[in-house]
Amino acid sequence: MAIEEIFRREAGRVLATLIRLLGDFDLAEDARQEAFGAALEQWPTAGVPANPCAWLIQTGRNKAIDRIRREKVFRSKMLGELAGAESQGEVAADADDDSFGDDRLRLIFTCCHPALSGEAHIALTLREVCGLSTQAVARAFLVSEETMAQRLVRAKKKIRDAGIPYETPEPPLFNERMHGVLAVVYGVFTEGYAATAGSRLVDAELCTEAIRLGRLLDELQPANQAALGLLALMLLHDARRPARVSDAGDLVLLEDQDRSRWDQSKIDEGLALVDRALAIRGQVSSYAVQAAIAALHVRARKKEDTDWPQIVGLYEVLLRLQATPVIELNHAVAVSMVDGGARALDLVDSLAARGQVSEYHLLHAARGRFLQQLGRLREARDAYLAAMSLATLEPERKFIAGRIAQIDQSLAVR
Amino acid sequence: MQYLLLIYSNEAETAALSPKDRESMMAEYTEFTKSIIQGGQFKAGDRLKPVSAASTVRIRNGKVLTTDGPFAETREQLGGYYLVEAKNVDEAIAIAARIPGARYGSIEVRPVWPPQT
Repeated sequence: MAIEEIFRREAGRVLATLIRLLGDFDLAEDARQEAFGAALEQWPTAGVPANPCAWLIQTGRNKAIDRIRREKVFRSKMLGELAGAESQGEVAADADDDSFGDDRLRLIFTCCHPALSGEAHIALTLREVCGLSTQAVARAFLVSEETMAQRLVRAKKKIRDAGIPYETPEPPLFNERMHGVLAVVYGVFTEGYAATAGSRLVDAELCTEAIRLGRLLDELQPANQAALGLLALMLLHDARRPARVSDAGDLVLLEDQDRSRWDQSKIDEGLALVDRALAIRGQVSSYAVQAAIAALHVRARKKEDTDWPQIVGLYEVLLRLQATPVIELNHAVAVSMVDGGARALDLVDSLAARGQVSEYHLLHAARGRFLQQLGRLREARDAYLAAMSLATLEPERKFIAGRIAQIDQSLAVR
Repeated sequence: MQYLLLIYSNEAETAALSPKDRESMMAEYTEFTKSIIQGGQFKAGDRLKPVSAASTVRIRNGKVLTTDGPFAETREQLGGYYLVEAKNVDEAIAIAARIPGARYGSIEVRPVWPPQT
């Protein structure tokens, strides 16, 4: 295997373990860099060691200790710990896959700690767990590299200053924190799947990273219904990605998508995961329910085959778990497919009457769709115009403009 | 590491408590304080008199300016604190969550700089 390939595969594990051994993010990143440098020098002549990951960790740790001694900038505690038991034992001896896995899980929990801001969670996770460059993370957030670098520095300083532990929490805290971790992973995915501003609709790199994180969590924390459900949900959404944007860059609604362009291998994997998730007993996770809904969509080979009554039922389960405006809106859309536009319109009007979401463009777009369905074209046009005034994503704006043009044509024909 | 747990609550609401509720709140605080003394986490802790009893001091142009109370018009006021020893922020948060005031006010968890040597 090429050395670069090994680096790419091991980078996350090496960093996670170095952070545990050195107790400091920046020191660990530098140490990993130096270990990679040493490997590039030595491996071509001496050969790739049997356990490259352990070699990189051992070398990185030794380089870090040398540097601490040389620069004498250490905190006494840090050197004390390093000079203790750890420095005697060979890292290679305990470097089995389990301990690396534990270190990566620790790192995820640290990056997603609730004492950090939501922005910091996603930025740190992408940088430290996924190993994305600061530049790539900055691109994902649509900020300059400098701004992102500062944000990461502040987040790492908070980890040090606040005493955020580098630990996987024990129960009962575990479930609560796991929930937070999954929310961060899903946040990375949705940021990629439906970018919140600008002209790009999908950032495939973020979707791919989120799915990689989902797989990692499933691997490190097996048989967790929420983690399985989330991974299934992301795969089933991502399977539809190739059909979601037309060649011209326009948004294509689920019902209008060319289903032959869906990624069948992701669908198969996602469907199997949904079954596994739903087979786990205990409190049902909203991710598993959302994945089950996504599964019903992709199981229909033609849009007419979609099992809408069951989808409505699943949305009702979801509403009992977490009644958010977005879920209420999606429930209304499903209802419109079963009971028609009139009942769906009642549902969104009651949602709008409760305030909260009048600034949400998709609510107005849904109203427009139901009114159009009912033949109330002038009101539908007004609703689409309201949606247009609030939408920020260019492909979504184009889609709404298309609907308005369609209505204008129908009105002109009359 | 030491953490200062700052207890914020609405003074007006606390003042309006019935004598019975006040008594049970004080009993809860006494019990909580005892538990963290026994657990070895307690370093210090006090209840503060209300903001109306406070003075604010500034030096401007070399002159001492003293005014009544803090100016900030916030819904919650600092009403007391604990200084605790905890191994990390998770332990400090767990202690903060057991403070009776966390149920109606809020607790700010602030790490304390170690003394400079």
